Amino acid sequence: MKRTVRGSMLMLIAAFCTSVPGSAAKSDVIDDVQSRVVKIFGAGGLAGLQAYGTGFLCSADGHIVTAFSHVLDTDTVTVVLSDGRRLYAKVLGTDVDRDVAVLKVEADGLPYFDLSKAVPAGPGTRVLAFSNMFKVAAGNEPVTVQRGVISAKSNLTARRGRFEAPYRGPVYVVDAVTNNPGSAGGVLTTLDGRLIAILGRELKNSQSQTWLNYAVPIGEIAESVASIQSGEFRPRDRFATNLDAAGGCTPLELGIVLVPDVVARTPAYIDDVLPESQAARAGLAAEDLVVFVNSDLVGSIASLEGILRRTSPGDDVQFTVRRGDDLVSVTLRIPEPSAALQ
Amino acid sequence: MIASTSFQRRATAWAAVLLTLSAASAVAVEPEVLEAQSRRIAVIERVSPTVVAIFAQGGQGGGSGVTVSADGFVVTNFHVVEGQGPFMKCGLNDGRLYDAVLVGIDPTGDVAVIRLLGRDDFPAATLADSDTVRVGDGAYAMGNPFLLATDFQPTVTYGMVSGVRRYQFPAGTLLEYTDCIQVDTSINPGNSGGPLFNEDGELIGINGRISVEKRGRVNVGAGYAISINQVRNFFDNLKSGRIVDHATLGAVVSTNSDGSVTVSRILEQSEAYRRGLQVGDELVMFGGRTVDTANQFKNILGIYPAGWKLPLTYRRKGQEQQIIVRLRRLHRAAELELRGQDSPPPRPRRGPGPDAPPEEKQPESPLPEAPKDVAPPEAPESSGVPAAYADLYEARPRFANYWFNRAAQERLLSALKTWGFDGIQEPLQVSGRLDARTTIEFRLADQAIAVKIGDRTNGQQLDKDLEDLPPATGGLLPAMHALRGMLTRGAEAFSDTYYLGSEPLDGTGERVDVLMTHRGETLCRWYFDQSTGGCVGMDFALGEDQDECELRFGPLASFGSRQFPETISMRHAGTDLGVMKVSGVEAGRPANAAAAPAPMQ
Repeated sequence: MKRTVRGSMLMLIAAFCTSVPGSAAKSDVIDDVQSRVVKIFGAGGLAGLQAYGTGFLCSADGHIVTAFSHVLDTDTVTVVLSDGRRLYAKVLGTDVDRDVAVLKVEADGLPYFDLSKAVPAGPGTRVLAFSNMFKVAAGNEPVTVQRGVISAKSNLTARRGRFEAPYRGPVYVVDAVTNNPGSAGGVLTTLDGRLIAILGRELKNSQSQTWLNYAVPIGEIAESVASIQSGEFRPRDRFATNLDAAGGCTPLELGIVLVPDVVARTPAYIDDVLPESQAARAGLAAEDLVVFVNSDLVGSIASLEGILRRTSPGDDVQFTVRRGDDLVSVTLRIPEPSAALQ
Repeated sequence: MIASTSFQRRATAWAAVLLTLSAASAVAVEPEVLEAQSRRIAVIERVSPTVVAIFAQGGQGGGSGVTVSADGFVVTNFHVVEGQGPFMKCGLNDGRLYDAVLVGIDPTGDVAVIRLLGRDDFPAATLADSDTVRVGDGAYAMGNPFLLATDFQPTVTYGMVSGVRRYQFPAGTLLEYTDCIQVDTSINPGNSGGPLFNEDGELIGINGRISVEKRGRVNVGAGYAISINQVRNFFDNLKSGRIVDHATLGAVVSTNSDGSVTVSRILEQSEAYRRGLQVGDELVMFGGRTVDTANQFKNILGIYPAGWKLPLTYRRKGQEQQIIVRLRRLHRAAELELRGQDSPPPRPRRGPGPDAPPEEKQPESPLPEAPKDVAPPEAPESSGVPAAYADLYEARPRFANYWFNRAAQERLLSALKTWGFDGIQEPLQVSGRLDARTTIEFRLADQAIAVKIGDRTNGQQLDKDLEDLPPATGGLLPAMHALRGMLTRGAEAFSDTYYLGSEPLDGTGERVDVLMTHRGETLCRWYFDQSTGGCVGMDFALGEDQDECELRFGPLASFGSRQFPETISMRHAGTDLGVMKVSGVEAGRPANAAAAPAPMQ
């Protein structure tokens, strides 16, 4: 009896919802969104890096959108669905520019968000944020839901070396503390559960020591996600599973001699530069550490080789190296196969 | 980076305030919004008088609490009262400062009960059923964050329930939050121990913990409240003045890859093992809830005090079995003692790890002579306790404040005095029929005890250890001996007597008050109806970890000038032993026994 009364009260609140932007969210809306959100467990757990994250389903057969992060940097990424099912996920591809990755689990008939139906929002919009922050939820427990208001839509103009930010472009800024450890990849929705944006990472302004809670509009990532999902996206980084073995070039073909690749993640230090080579002409030198090729993070010699393999002859690639305390960028052109070692 | 300064995280804490302001100043506000706002204001006005600002002796630090009874019992966090001594000062929103005394603590569950003194008509919060709390519900946190409330008007923050039945691992301490309510309501240092109310102003939890990581010890959108249903389970135990313990089943369970939860280890001394639970058995239900994950099992276990009986359903080879098991203590008494009041440790600076309880703010100057314009007019002073209250605290090992236990013992023991056996020194004979067919007669004297059931007689001298007589009853005869001791000599008949708190009788029945007695190895639990105060039964055990002889008393009947239960039903190790219908209770030497009642042949 009591339950019925409570139920009808909820219905009343729900009725207000449509007309009153200030009313509480319906719990069935929350349940519905939570069924589409997944917990992701992978690499991390050291040095303050969390080994967990959040993602959301974007297809009935198990495609999952999440943030591009170190959590995916492992052979075994585990995804826990809202019903508690624990599945291994394959990283289909990542777009580091959009800071987004697409995973795939073997399942079908799953509830999902249709990215094409995501809605735009403006300042003042009341929102709900769903994420596995602080790994509070385990197993089949629903993820955390928070409420807030979009305080601004703005461009995140951070750039490397000044304000570190993993993403440049339009973001929604939220007044609630939505971006916590593990939140990245979660969803921001309207009070009636329509998808607005994907939650970003923790972001701190190192000068003002303030934290920014932002989310990336779905429109900014939809294209990347669709092309990764359809297999048309050109994978450009080490997390990709379908490496293109043919083509590209080796560091040596550019005139770069790397230190011996002795451990699993040997940093890509330049040991020597061949005289008269492209690398020498561009000014690369011994003891430079290759940190980026284009916008792809170079974590190891293996990843550098992988990135170069996936280039095409004639491509201009930008090498960013760390030399002392400076970052130096040079552009090299991938040689034709016959033109190696000029 | 965008104009970052305007997004100071601090702004979040003021969001609720700003919302209210903007609503008030808007030109055309929809009537529903105004209605919702006035509802909120009404709820806050109604519950504010129950919110307590707790100050440590000397005014260093403090926290919050909530009054739950008119006679002044206040629930707060253990970590608020930890190391503060037995007396403290509390402010209510009437602007007055009250003395308060520590009553009981639960170091594992981070709950403490204190009692406000000086009135018997304190405004009390209404308790909700926290099992009905749902994600998305609104939730008010009230209390004294950052010790801002110098006039004791509680700070109110409003948010949403972000998760229910959360399990929070112990963060390097005993402290474990099970089955707790997660909110995005802003909870900060000083909110600890304060109430979490639902939108109707009913108490759903006690705020006690926040997730913190790299952003400092302030709200980051994840606060945790101990569910009020857990507090309800522990409340009488806390009112007993004891240092109460949480429970363990005596079994370790794990979640398997197929999603089932099975027993991976089990303690052979546990009642669960004696009732048949084995390694490999799959847990199905526990405490009336389904068990889907190991976390869920811990969630259920964590809301019950040690010693409670709970129904447990397990599955073995497709067959389900339901058993009722008494939960064991989680800690040894000494482990909890270290956290208790008798050896107050320096207030621990918990590490910066996640999920530490919010640290209370320390005023810049701990000196009592703070500048007048900073200190509240009735600032708590380090002065002592009013003499009138000094005797409300009684130190004793294993107790937070023995005074409250003594009071409860006296209340319960007086109920047994009404049976009319107090002071009788002669032997006692209790006779009747067992299940209508068999005669049964107990002879209970100072030197020896005996029972005759049908033609079979068992007995023993009392100068040696008590035995399980008749065999396989758990000690029916020594149980009746204990009953005689209790009726004629009260607590004097035992080496240790204390009030335990309350529990549901036999795991699923009505809540009963429990009095514990020990003598030698043997122990007794005496059960008292909470509404009538009458004694409704007793469990006797020959020793720790042994199956009890469970006696349940029917209504009292008159036997001459005295009263005695007209029926006693007996049970042992999950098996009924029968019901005794009492036909005679006599004190004095039996007519047919010439000598002292030595064991009959």
